[in-house]
Amino acid sequence: MEPPIADRVPALEINGLYAAYHQEPVLEDVSLSLPQGQWTAIVGPNGGGKSSLLSVVVGSLPPLRGEVRIFGRPALAQRQRGRIAYMAQQERMEWDFPISVRDTVMTGRFGMMRRDPLWQRLLPRRWANPAHRRAVEEALDDVDMLDMARRPIGALSGGQKKRVMLARALAQQAPILLLDEPLAGVDPPSEALIMASLERQRRAGRTLIMVTHDLPGARAHADQVLLINRTVIGMGAPETMLSDSMLARLAIGVPPTADKERHVAA
Amino acid sequence: MPLDALATGLIETLTAALMMVVGLLPDSLAAPFEYRFMQRALLTSVLVGATCGLLSCFVVLKRWSLLGDAISHAVLPGVAIAYLLGWPFFVGAFVTGALTSLGIGAIERHTRIKSDAAMGLMFTAAFALGIVIISKITTSTHLMHILFGNVLGVQTPALILTLLASLVAVLTIWLAFRPLLLYTFDPQQAQALGFNVSAIHYGLILLLTLTIVASLETVGIILVVAMLITPGATAHLLTDRFGTMLAISVAVGVTSAVAGLVLSVRLDVASGGAIVLVASGLFLIALLAGPRHGLVARYWRRWRFRAS
Repeated sequence: MEPPIADRVPALEINGLYAAYHQEPVLEDVSLSLPQGQWTAIVGPNGGGKSSLLSVVVGSLPPLRGEVRIFGRPALAQRQRGRIAYMAQQERMEWDFPISVRDTVMTGRFGMMRRDPLWQRLLPRRWANPAHRRAVEEALDDVDMLDMARRPIGALSGGQKKRVMLARALAQQAPILLLDEPLAGVDPPSEALIMASLERQRRAGRTLIMVTHDLPGARAHADQVLLINRTVIGMGAPETMLSDSMLARLAIGVPPTADKERHVAA
Repeated sequence: MPLDALATGLIETLTAALMMVVGLLPDSLAAPFEYRFMQRALLTSVLVGATCGLLSCFVVLKRWSLLGDAISHAVLPGVAIAYLLGWPFFVGAFVTGALTSLGIGAIERHTRIKSDAAMGLMFTAAFALGIVIISKITTSTHLMHILFGNVLGVQTPALILTLLASLVAVLTIWLAFRPLLLYTFDPQQAQALGFNVSAIHYGLILLLTLTIVASLETVGIILVVAMLITPGATAHLLTDRFGTMLAISVAVGVTSAVAGLVLSVRLDVASGGAIVLVASGLFLIALLAGPRHGLVARYWRRWRFRAS
């Protein structure tokens, strides 16, 4: 069994993180701590390091310096336990890949399948652990894609693909969900389904971390907003963080603490 | 050596099984297979067709066609050096093939050169080295066989190598099916779920190199890449399921290898070329007549859409 997670431990904790992409610095001295069970919206300009921050957490961008802890433990260990579900932007996905909607969602369970007994892993899915199948059906139902479960993934619309990718993240039943612009390029009906599904996740006590450009959506749903432009510009309640003055700071990229330091220097 | 005895026994069993299938064919087709060398050629063709068919799906879906071409050309200097030193050819072939794929990865990662240029650069350099060495060795028909393949001349050691390579490929793909599938479909997700993607990446490249080396004597360096592209591409046109794609691709690989072998005997033409031509013919049929992605079906749908 999984050891229980202590209540007070932050869901995501980052200390002194530096990262570069193609020799260009994208994150500089990022430190933050997100409590469990909250919905955090990450907001910032394009190229400001929002997606890079998620990439560091899921291991596709190795940091130059600093550490990432999930529920108080190193991120890699938590990923291998299936405790982090990640929905990427999928701009480089090969949608021609010969795979059905249901099998796509099943790939979300592949991490946990490593802990199934060996004989189960060598058998076709029909005879494998039924918990995986149940999780997949529930996730498909949650985003209203059960009817299309047998379709090839490439035959879906943009919004439907996003719902399938969300279902794959949900199928992990992980305590923490990382979502990189889950609403980009999504039609209004799919958007409503996705937001309703995420609300259910929040009510189930999961921690949601969502990169978004949708400021009204962040105001309506998020418990807190994290402003990022290379470094943390601010974090707090949506009303304060999405005020005009904070958004102006975000555009220039000056954290409030930098002001104070300048005053002290002068 | 017990491994040798085991392999020989396995070869005998597989040959006997194949001959039972051949027995069902009409006499005119079955007659040539009374010869021992034809039986060896048949078993080699089936194994090479099946293994290339399996790997072909990954090559096509991962866009590794040029990489396959690069590795197959890069084995030439290894074969030549092994010949000079009196080693078995596949040892040298595997070493230079693997070194070249590592070199390509290193250039890609540490310089501003893009991957297609890195591949072209590395494999032509390796191939040129092979040609220079061969020109010093003076005539050797064996090396010609490596370049263009000759399945009729396959000897037992090469057959054992092919058998071992097939076993390794089938076992690896079976045991690591889920990581390989996820890595091919969505490497970013594989990384996020904590899979060791660089181990999967290099493992798949080593498996590809092994398959190429095992296929050399059948289709030859120049044409082996066709067996790593055409079966998978044909299967991709015919299905939207990965498991089905693997099965169709293996069927296409085996069919073209066996039919090519029979044709090359009947018409007295080069076996490697005959095998690849059959595979290309199967691709053409799939391209025209495929149920969903074929050209005829596509134009039919368009025509009906306009008519309605």
